[in-house]
Amino acid sequence: MTASAPTRSRPGWLAPALLPALNLVLALALSAVVIVLVGENPVRALRLLVAGAFGDGEAIGYTLYYATSFIFTGLAVAVAFHGGLFNIGAEGQAYIAGLGVALLCLGAERWPAVLVIPAAIVVAAAFGAGWAFVPGWLQASRGSHVVITTIMFNFIASALMTHLLVNVLIKPGQQSPETREFTPNTWLPQLHDVARALGLDIGRSPLNLSLLFALGAGALVWLYLWHTRWGYELRALGHNETAAVYAGIAPARLIIVAMSISGALAGLVALNEVMGVQHRLLINFTGGAGYVGIAVALMGRNHPVGIVLSAILFGALYQGGSELAFDMPKLTRDMVVVIQGLIILVCGALEHALRRPVAALVQRV
Amino acid sequence: MAVQAVELRGIDKWFGDVHANRDVSIAVRAGTIHGIVGENGAGKSTLMGILYGYHHADRGEMLVRGRPAAFRSAQDALAAGIGMVHQHFMLVEPFTVLENVVLGVEGGFRLRAGMARARAELARLGREYHLEVDPDARVADLGVGQRQRVEILKALYRGADLLILDEPTAVLTPQEADHLFEILRALRRQGKTVLLITHKLREIREVTDVVTVMRQGRVVATLPTAETTPEGLAELMVGRAVALRVDKAPRRPGEPLLEVTDLVVEDGLGVERVKGVSFSVRRGEIVGVAGVAGNGQSELLEALAGMRPVRSGRIRFKSHDLDGSEPRDVRRLGVGHVPEDRQRLGLVIPFVARESAILGYQREARYNGAILLRRAALASSWAKQAAEYDIRPGNGLLPTSAFSGGNQQKIVLARELDRNPDLLLVGQPTRGVDIGAIEFIHRRLVALRDADRGVLVVSVELDEILALADRILVMHDGRLVGDVPQENATEQTLGLMMAGVPAGPSSG
Repeated sequence: MTASAPTRSRPGWLAPALLPALNLVLALALSAVVIVLVGENPVRALRLLVAGAFGDGEAIGYTLYYATSFIFTGLAVAVAFHGGLFNIGAEGQAYIAGLGVALLCLGAERWPAVLVIPAAIVVAAAFGAGWAFVPGWLQASRGSHVVITTIMFNFIASALMTHLLVNVLIKPGQQSPETREFTPNTWLPQLHDVARALGLDIGRSPLNLSLLFALGAGALVWLYLWHTRWGYELRALGHNETAAVYAGIAPARLIIVAMSISGALAGLVALNEVMGVQHRLLINFTGGAGYVGIAVALMGRNHPVGIVLSAILFGALYQGGSELAFDMPKLTRDMVVVIQGLIILVCGALEHALRRPVAALVQRV
Repeated sequence: MAVQAVELRGIDKWFGDVHANRDVSIAVRAGTIHGIVGENGAGKSTLMGILYGYHHADRGEMLVRGRPAAFRSAQDALAAGIGMVHQHFMLVEPFTVLENVVLGVEGGFRLRAGMARARAELARLGREYHLEVDPDARVADLGVGQRQRVEILKALYRGADLLILDEPTAVLTPQEADHLFEILRALRRQGKTVLLITHKLREIREVTDVVTVMRQGRVVATLPTAETTPEGLAELMVGRAVALRVDKAPRRPGEPLLEVTDLVVEDGLGVERVKGVSFSVRRGEIVGVAGVAGNGQSELLEALAGMRPVRSGRIRFKSHDLDGSEPRDVRRLGVGHVPEDRQRLGLVIPFVARESAILGYQREARYNGAILLRRAALASSWAKQAAEYDIRPGNGLLPTSAFSGGNQQKIVLARELDRNPDLLLVGQPTRGVDIGAIEFIHRRLVALRDADRGVLVVSVELDEILALADRILVMHDGRLVGDVPQENATEQTLGLMMAGVPAGPSSG
């Protein structure tokens, strides 16, 4: 049979490493065209972007701060995806988790930090999971597609939070819809403070302890998916539902569990934004991280390592992009979004476009 | 020298790492029925794909009636007079036969004139080639044999001189297959050329003039069929001598293991597919369920395995009631299940092989620590099964998709037999499996029976049922229409029952 046919070697690193790199180059080339069209110098733009994202300690801090949220949401999308579910609702799940974290922090004025932080992790995960549980349950019991329901739940979350912030949680006597500031015992330590305590100056940035939580979550997701029977069953379900039934797996239960885990991961974004940076709950603190998570998971091939790497790339685009808009007036904030969109398009949607030609080329060489 | 309808010279084809065709040269004489045999993965389908414009040869040339040809699509192949009858029919079910035949060649903007012409042409083709089909019948209402005739008509209507048939008898009863062979002979009489791809040696011997044997992408022999023997062909296909018969001792059936009473099972749409079936399987016997595909066997098997709810009736296994059980319960009681469709049910194709090799048993204590799966247990379990069942390649970290059909089947079989089940449910044990592996799988099933276990085999391959089963149940339209001991079974009697003709009193 074919198994015994002689094979021509194809390097194993081709798919995971070379293709995303080439896709990124292609995306940057397309972006360069856009930049030329608006009358700026693409080489200078790229240099500004890279310097803005990685130029000094402060820039790197901001990049990693953005990346932290993207890791959480990327992992959330990936876990659902391995179960064959497309969770578009990480945005709403993170937003609702912010409510839980804020309520905890407002009430925990006298708690020691060592107690607040674990409690906040549990609450953030629980609120996020709860918000994802309902679409999961609807999918499992009624067949309502999670893509639709999670999108709807984003809207519900948004409306609910606006209502609560404007009418209920708002700090008395002020105009902007946000809560009062939490007491400092509930703040997550920021890296520059830790560094200053050690006598290092790395520049001020919002980067905080939750980056470590994000990396830890990535490791746990990796263990869960590939080293436990539950992850095994989830992947079996995602690849082939009939085979999962054959294997004695109840799809309905697993769909609910997977969505809840996904929502819990999304919920952890609240640690980074609410406890780590803002120290209060405010409107739209998630800033689209839930949607970026879809692109991050796609580009990271739904693997935690890939997700961390692509989250850093998107963090760099966010941070470098805002610097770019600042230094190149013609490249407005919207143009930067266009460039980000191009990168998502090429690296995510057109992921396999270069596969064939590259494979052919590598074999010939 | 006679005209070559088509000639392939030195064809090479790679798919990624796989060398599917290697220096293949075949000449098909016009007006003959030319058979191509080979195991799965021998490169037959690739070669036909090249001939029909689906694939491009990496090297080599193709001549149609002596002239070089290069097809970029199926349209090019059709224009050169090559027609294809696919294994899976490409018909629009709600359309009539006539509408299906003219689809894509309506002959102008207005339908009416084209339809009238097509109707006349269809009548002529039907007369000439024994291909009578009612042109106004809806395809959805036609049986499989009739649909296949529509496919052949489609090809002929488009002016095909050379007809390629890919495993045409896979879905036919023996009687329908005989009729198909009549049609093929009629085509030959009218000067058409037929290229018949199959893995069934009987068909080759019965209907072809010349046979080409392929193995591992190469042509290993082209012979006049009259000079071949089944054993000789099998040896050429596999590369070593093969036993075509299953040697087994007489059965010694023991106590009943499985007793099914008035079982009714519905499909997902609520249509009754199993309509009140009763039978039993004893220890130490292999019970075969014969029938044309789609007569309720699949639903029966899945219901027994706990995958499909039981509408009414009873399933008793040892002293337990199985109706209403989940697959996990059924497994725990000692029932193994090799499903009919290993790709859809039995394996998770993107999983690495050793993950697929524990599917259904992933919760067993031996594979699990407190939280983590024990990779070492997975690896040793795989190593043992791969060695014992000669699964190739032996690397358990390759994706399941990297294994051939026969080896995938061995993964499933090894997994299910490893627990030494009291009862093994097997669907299509050797579908898409090479002759060499068929022999192996059959021996394993017989060994299980001889270890005093029960085996229930569902297969649409009558040869297989006849070779394996001690007792044969025939299913037609959801009902059991026959229960025949192997000694009394012949292809003819079973074939008639499969077609719904009830057994006469003499046939048992």
